[in-house]
Amino acid sequence: MLHASSGEASDRIFYYAMTVCGFAVLGVLVLIVYQLMLRSSLSWHAFGFKFFASQEWDPVNDRFGARPFIYGTVVSSLLALVIAVPLAVGVAVFTTEMCPKVLRGPLSFFVELLAAIPSVIYGLWAIFVMVPILTQYVAPALTKTLGWTPLFSGPFYGYSMLAAGIILAIMIIPIISSITREVLMVVPQNQREAALALGATRWEMIRIGVLRNARAGIVGGIILGLGRALGETMAVTMVIGNRPEIAKSLFAPGYTMASVLADQFSEATGDTYLSALVEIGLALFLVTIVVNALARLLVWTVTRGQPARGNV
Amino acid sequence: MSDNAAAITLHKVPPISLRRRFVDHLMTGLAIATVVIVLAPLIAIFGYLVYRGIGSIDWAFLTQIPRPPGEAGGGMANAIGGSIFVLGIASLIGVPFGIGAGIYLAEFGRNQMGNAIRFTADVLNGVPSIVIGIVAYSIVVLYQKHFSALAGGVALAIMMVPTISRTTEEMLLLVPQALREAAYGLGVPRWRTTLSITLRTATSGVITGVMLAFARVAGETAPLIFTAFGNSDWSRHLTFALFGKTLRMPFLDYSQPTAALPLQIYVYAISPYDEQHRLAWAGSLVLIIMIVGAVSAVRYVVRRGSFGA
Repeated sequence: MLHASSGEASDRIFYYAMTVCGFAVLGVLVLIVYQLMLRSSLSWHAFGFKFFASQEWDPVNDRFGARPFIYGTVVSSLLALVIAVPLAVGVAVFTTEMCPKVLRGPLSFFVELLAAIPSVIYGLWAIFVMVPILTQYVAPALTKTLGWTPLFSGPFYGYSMLAAGIILAIMIIPIISSITREVLMVVPQNQREAALALGATRWEMIRIGVLRNARAGIVGGIILGLGRALGETMAVTMVIGNRPEIAKSLFAPGYTMASVLADQFSEATGDTYLSALVEIGLALFLVTIVVNALARLLVWTVTRGQPARGNV
Repeated sequence: MSDNAAAITLHKVPPISLRRRFVDHLMTGLAIATVVIVLAPLIAIFGYLVYRGIGSIDWAFLTQIPRPPGEAGGGMANAIGGSIFVLGIASLIGVPFGIGAGIYLAEFGRNQMGNAIRFTADVLNGVPSIVIGIVAYSIVVLYQKHFSALAGGVALAIMMVPTISRTTEEMLLLVPQALREAAYGLGVPRWRTTLSITLRTATSGVITGVMLAFARVAGETAPLIFTAFGNSDWSRHLTFALFGKTLRMPFLDYSQPTAALPLQIYVYAISPYDEQHRLAWAGSLVLIIMIVGAVSAVRYVVRRGSFGA
């Protein structure tokens, strides 16, 4: 009653304006889904489910199959996880449980600085620094020791699944590490004290009191990293070799769903060709949505009720 | 007496075995090793960037446009200008929507609808940028019938909104309820309270969110490939007569394909010419300086303001 009626009218306008902005977020998601489905329908009607099973990628004859790209995305992302997870968790454990308090801030700042480097710069560095190092030192050593396994067989020309996996690993370490750190920090202090009081060494305390409690959240962070790796485009496109083949060896070049879009979309001629590329985009979109939703859920179950960024 | 002595010996803690102590040290060593391994690429990337880039950043680099492939010299002025232009368009669209959505979430979003929007924003954050590029291509490029700076701006704007809305919400919720109530008590309408009291108090935090979103999209390449597309020249030139001479002035046109720094780095990195590799390194250094500059500016503002991130 104290409010003037003009105030009420403008309040209502303000409310509607802000609601429009809020709903725009939902609208964008709907727009993405709608556009991807609309533009890929041609390919969907032409190939159906066979699109995901077929290995053929022949723009000249308008025959398209996404299997090499799905394979490349899965293998490069898994390889990245294998490399990144131990490193990222190690860094998180060190910063929260082991290192002197003064080092904590700078250390997490530096690791997060890795996340601020644009993908294209990772790619540039990978082409001119990492790939030559791999060719000169790492690949010969791998051939000598593990060359008998199919994973490291064949010649190494630099641009390969291995190079893509390593650069991806470097790129997803910050996200896994920072989520793990957040999760470790919300493990109650008395869990640590209880373990120590029972005579545990520091490592035993971390293993029993901390890591075991934070398991679900760490897995969430890892899945979030996986989501990032699946959709990562530029750096991978620049070092994976861009060849639509399915090879067992990590030394062989490959192609990912994201990199085929970056590489071919702007030059795609013909409606079916473009439509097939959009369908790859749609598949990539759906996979990352599911992966991300799962990760959020897991992280949320651990940090629930606690401020996500607490006592740094 | 003897009972007491027995009790004391019972409570004596057995020494930690050699094996357990060894494992403890081993694990500490491994953890330190992971830190070294993770920080090594960071140092290598920054070191190499400065080493290769610093010598090439000169007046020509900042003011000239690229020469034809294979020729020495030239610069990336059009790419730097184009990048700032595209980012400007993105901010113009993304910032108001992002802050608006943040206000909705903080002030009116304590319900199912708010939760749905929050979840959607988090999900959007994880959508690969190349997919956003496809969408911007479908709604702008196909409509305009050619690549344009506007399409690139729309793609980046879509990527800015989730980050801005979530940080804005967080910052607005930090503002004490009592401040809002004080304003209501004085008869200030709700919209004035939100804009001039709540949002104003949280300004530094909101700016942090905007700059973080800005830093995140500034280096994005993938969504620009088939939206802004790239350009070896300025997107347009204005010609006009002055004192009897015809002057050509570079001009940025929102409806034309435009060069952008990350895009140009990509093209140069995979080109076969050394001269272009040189420009790619220099361009990367400029890009990193832009991004780190934005992030440091944020830290400076936040430290001075009343709200920490």
